[in-house]
Amino acid sequence: MSEPVTIVETPIKLDFSYTPGVASSRFLRSLEKGKIVGQRCPKCKKVYMPPRGACSMCGVATDEELILSGKGTVCTFCVTRIPTPGLDAPYVSAWIRLDGADITSMFLIQECDPEEVRLGMRVEAVWVDEADREPNLGNIKYFRPTGEPDADYDTYKDYV
Amino acid sequence: MSGQAALRRDVAIVSWASFETPSEPARNEVEMLLPVVQEALGKVGLTQQDIGFTVSGSSDYLQGFPFAFVGALDAVGAWPPIRESHVEMDGAFALYEAVNVLQEEGIDTALVYAFARPSRGEVDRTLALQLDPYYVAPLWPDARGLAALQAQAMKDSGRFGDVPDLPPTYVADGCVAVVLAVGDRARELTKTPAWIRGIDHRIEPPSLGVRDLTTSPSTIAAGDAAGAAGADAAWLHVPYPHQELVLREALGLSGATVDSAAGPVMVGGLERLAAAAAGIAAGKARRAVAHATSGPCLQQNLVAVLEGVAQ
Repeated sequence: MSEPVTIVETPIKLDFSYTPGVASSRFLRSLEKGKIVGQRCPKCKKVYMPPRGACSMCGVATDEELILSGKGTVCTFCVTRIPTPGLDAPYVSAWIRLDGADITSMFLIQECDPEEVRLGMRVEAVWVDEADREPNLGNIKYFRPTGEPDADYDTYKDYV
Repeated sequence: MSGQAALRRDVAIVSWASFETPSEPARNEVEMLLPVVQEALGKVGLTQQDIGFTVSGSSDYLQGFPFAFVGALDAVGAWPPIRESHVEMDGAFALYEAVNVLQEEGIDTALVYAFARPSRGEVDRTLALQLDPYYVAPLWPDARGLAALQAQAMKDSGRFGDVPDLPPTYVADGCVAVVLAVGDRARELTKTPAWIRGIDHRIEPPSLGVRDLTTSPSTIAAGDAAGAAGADAAWLHVPYPHQELVLREALGLSGATVDSAAGPVMVGGLERLAAAAAGIAAGKARRAVAHATSGPCLQQNLVAVLEGVAQ
């Protein structure tokens, strides 16, 4: 009697031409110029970064664009002590609320001792050289401390 | 209704909106869908907060990333949290779920939507992934090739006279949104509700080899259960032209006006329900059949019967 078949391999591959959408395209193009674009909901006034063209809470189009400063506040963070390809351990990932934005985004924090990172720490974006920029969020290499006094807890308590 | 238990509560299509283009170049799914949802709700003066149940039909395989249907909820606004569901099928089958949910007391309105941008991928190949994953899908039979098997079987049967040539698979991007309401709520919202007098859907075996592709027993069964006999107009979902011949035979449409369309994959079936409702509202039909299909070679079929008068 022959061996039972226990595994079949059926490789699957599909090609797509990805279009990020109108709002995301403008966001990605602005990143090439070293600018972070957000969009404000006309109804609840929340500012989305990255913008997606719609407010997911109100279900309305977000047409108003604004440029964010590239500074922000650490709302929560994690120190990883296992290396990952391209990153030596320990490294810090943080949810950062950019000034003027109403949602947080995840970035690395560098140029400081991981032990110094704390909730409320003020940080700023460090960009890749202008000549090397592409239309993606990789243009922001990481965030680093600004040296400003820590933000007041009330300004980020809803994002912890 | 014959064949299935009558709906306890009368349900009507009260509003709809749709959009279709050969290829949507810039907007993503959410950006394409949002104005269509707003239009459908706006026509009857509703907002998402007035909707009791929301359900969508789409396929993440067309968009190319998992849980893409969750991202589409940005287009409706899911806050405060909404009661919501999704089918990985044509939106017509999402409407079937909505009709059933509307049988519950306390839920009087529903929003059903469907969306797809197949122009961004290889829809003929993508649809192969809905086939049996062990014996058929690994061979990558493209959707048009399977439709060709059906057309050839029809020619070989000699029952159909001239069987139309097989065009390329219809590819278009688009979306459709439909608003449903029950009883008096429907009468409040519009002067011309299209009442769903019967609705049913049936499926045939996944193995193409055990099916007679020249007939559609699932359409016959769904049509019987929905009460399709005696309709004076039909809006058929016909991905490939030869399939109209099978559907006409299965539904016994002799004498009825027939409007056939393919529509964007995942969207075309729900669009047929919206088009039939528009026909009822405009007085073009008294008793209309709306049909939707999904799967290879008419594997799954939904039939609804709409009238301008409630039961």
